[in-house]
Amino acid sequence: MAHAHSVKRYRGLMDWITTVDHKKIAILYLVAGGFFFGIGGIEAILIRIQLMKPMNNFVSAQVFNELITMHGTTMIFLGVMPLIFAIMNAVVPLQIGARDVAFPFLNALGFWTFLFGGLLLNLSWVMGGAPDAGWTSYTPLSGSEYSGTHGVDFYTIGLQIAGLGTLIGGINFLATIITMRAPGMSYMRMPMFTWTTFITSAIILFAFPAITVGLVLLTFDRILGANFFDVAGGGNPVLWQHIFWIFGHPEVYILILPAFGIISEVIPTFSRKRLFGYSSMVFATILIAFLGFMVWAHHMFTTGLGNVANALFSISTMLIAVPTGIKIFNWLFTMWGGQIRFTAANLFAVGFVPTFVMGGVTGVMLASAPADFQFHDTYFVVAHFHYVIVGGLVLGLFSGLHYWWPKMFGRILSETLGKWTFWTFMIGFQLTFFVQHFLGLMGMQRRIVTYLPNQDFDLLNLVSSVGAFLMGVGVIMFLVNIVITMRKPAGAPNDPWEDGRTLEWSIPSPPPEYNFKQTPLVRGIDAYWKEKMAGHTEMTPAEPVGSIHMPSATPLPFVMSVGIFIAGLGLMFSKDEFGNAFMNVIFNNYIVVIIGLVITFGAMALRSLYDDHGWHIEPEDQDEKGART
Amino acid sequence: MTTSHAEPVNDKLPHEPEKATLEGRNKLIAFWLFLGGETVLFGTLFATFLALRGQTNDGPTANELFHLPLVAAATFILLVSSLTSVFAIQAMHKGKRDALALWLGITVVLGIGFLALEIYEFYEYVKHKEFGMTTSAFSSAFYTLVGFHGAHVAFGIVWIGIIIGQLFKKGLTVVTAPKVYVSAMYWHFIDVVWVFIFTVVYLLGKVG
Ligand code: HEM
Ligand SMILES: [Cu+2]
Repeated sequence: MAHAHSVKRYRGLMDWITTVDHKKIAILYLVAGGFFFGIGGIEAILIRIQLMKPMNNFVSAQVFNELITMHGTTMIFLGVMPLIFAIMNAVVPLQIGARDVAFPFLNALGFWTFLFGGLLLNLSWVMGGAPDAGWTSYTPLSGSEYSGTHGVDFYTIGLQIAGLGTLIGGINFLATIITMRAPGMSYMRMPMFTWTTFITSAIILFAFPAITVGLVLLTFDRILGANFFDVAGGGNPVLWQHIFWIFGHPEVYILILPAFGIISEVIPTFSRKRLFGYSSMVFATILIAFLGFMVWAHHMFTTGLGNVANALFSISTMLIAVPTGIKIFNWLFTMWGGQIRFTAANLFAVGFVPTFVMGGVTGVMLASAPADFQFHDTYFVVAHFHYVIVGGLVLGLFSGLHYWWPKMFGRILSETLGKWTFWTFMIGFQLTFFVQHFLGLMGMQRRIVTYLPNQDFDLLNLVSSVGAFLMGVGVIMFLVNIVITMRKPAGAPNDPWEDGRTLEWSIPSPPPEYNFKQTPLVRGIDAYWKEKMAGHTEMTPAEPVGSIHMPSATPLPFVMSVGIFIAGLGLMFSKDEFGNAFMNVIFNNYIVVIIGLVITFGAMALRSLYDDHGWHIEPEDQDEKGART
Repeated sequence: MTTSHAEPVNDKLPHEPEKATLEGRNKLIAFWLFLGGETVLFGTLFATFLALRGQTNDGPTANELFHLPLVAAATFILLVSSLTSVFAIQAMHKGKRDALALWLGITVVLGIGFLALEIYEFYEYVKHKEFGMTTSAFSSAFYTLVGFHGAHVAFGIVWIGIIIGQLFKKGLTVVTAPKVYVSAMYWHFIDVVWVFIFTVVYLLGKVG
């Protein structure tokens, strides 16, 4: 064509730093999320070593507080959320028949801000102490008076930066799903995983700004001497809890809804049946999201809200069990009478159902306000949320990764090793957390560094720790599986499970850079399955073959995030006394902050001055398989 | 044509140039969504302010501090700037680039005027009323809420300024039109937020 823009192709590391391709960004999220998941896992093991026996002094009380804080924070914000984003990025554009997300540049920016926020947070380990006030950072514990190191500053500023990335990602997915669906894909024909991504993104949009404000207020209290949460200055510590949980409870649905979506894809595929009650699944998802915003104070029953408030929040919380129950039954009815194949992916999906139900049941127990006065801040709560987050979300992630791995990399993970992973992880999980229900009921508090012997805590804690090791073994098996698989050639067919139902299975594995040579025409729910049933092997195209427009790779998102990272560090140390005059000058006068902001805004200005015209892939170059191996 | 000034009109531009391309429509939708998030952000700040506005910690109270004529003037300026940004969009829909740039320019100048009054107000409080960030929970909440809004105004000024530059460099096209449109939406949004601040912070502070 006449206007062949000469495109700059980066290679090696620069390729990854500059990419705006959703499939590569998915891999970046996978690697980074996996890395932080590993760190969070090591922290968990250290916690369990400390609690393995009574009166242990494996770590000091201070380090223990840092470990539990960083474990929770890392796992939720830097481990599982990015892994969810990895799967969403890899799958959603393919499921809706799009060539990319609505804003590829922002997609890259979202990833890099998450990564640099996470790195900042973890730098705390080597720069004078990690956050130590729990992942909920309750005030006044997280105020300067009780938390005197820079730990909580790393928490507020690191999470702020990472949260920015999440928000950007959420808006991007919403816009993508609203505007970029293939012709014929109405909302009620969208695959369930796309639906849950859509709703999850909406929750992100309405929940994250609340924590943004909370983190700003806490930063102001700690760095500028503001009085939001300081009683002596007229502030109110319970205000923090309200702000935190009005974000925090929806956050747990940000975590679990994508897992619901994954399960709703995997179970029908491996049952050779369409998802039972598709529309009720959609409405249940929406209802859960809505109710999720109404129940935050069930985390605060013991702060003395009063009986009326407690009763209302208690009832609204229990209501969530109704749409959740609908989902559970729909999965069971999908399997009912199906030709079930227990692949590794499906084992994780089927294992998800009962464990998640158990987490839900303990949730309803906790939602009963009078009972919660007994359960609150004990290991019963720890058991509850690990049943839903690990037994729910992490099993869902494993299922999704086994399921979509061939699509992402063109290689099927070893089924044998996958099944071993499942059994080790599952048994380890039950050993670790089942007994914690009883520890909690017997009165063991959460967040304690040790306990006295002969209170009936000894044996159960040992069991729990052994289980944790076993889960670690399961994760290592998964890593081994990845390494072995990646050494094999990438020969997976388009539809490796042979019963793929949704659009992603209609294109090569891994997909070419432009995903769909021709935008497909969607004629029903489970669009690809429908075509297969009609005797076709491919989707009917909705457009002729033509030149495909692609966005250009750019290092600017990376540079912008580096700028934000520098500004964050500068702000954090702006009040410090350094031994060195130069350091004092550049930090105490906000010079570091300004340098960081100049980098970020400079990159933004570059972006706005030079429009990205992108480049084209011409029809004669469109038959190569996946661009990367 | 009976237009008094001889501005060339770009009549190749579609009627609603901001919605002419997929990129443009994506931008508009994403921006509506973004404003949804901003609403939660300001909602949380308002909730915090309402919770803490009585907590003056022996420092100055709202009633002692606020000088309504000044705030009313600032409000008036900001409301007018919303109007001028509407004129800007009308000029855009007629394909008149210069008129568009002019109205945007006036909007920016009014924004700067508003910001100047706010800075003066803060300066007065800190300098003469001993009312700073650390004085009380009320002061912290006041400066954070009003300051966040002020920072949004400042950002808008820079942003719209850059867009005016782009209009001269690249002209009024289907690429620049969505940017103009979105920045005008943003400007209306911060205007609406200010109306709430005027009511909840200042009026309520004087009477309640
Ligand atoms: C039927 C569903 C559920 C109900 C009724 C429920 C109820 C509750 C209640 C009442 C608490 C507060 C306990 C206390 O601190 O005293 C709690 C804690 C928690 N729940 Fe749930 N929950 C449900 C599902 C979930 C799901 C799906 C997730 C995550 C994916 C989750 C994650 C958590 C977490 C992380 C905590 C602990 C927060 C902390 O204190 O650190 N819950 N749940
Ligand atoms: Cu909750």
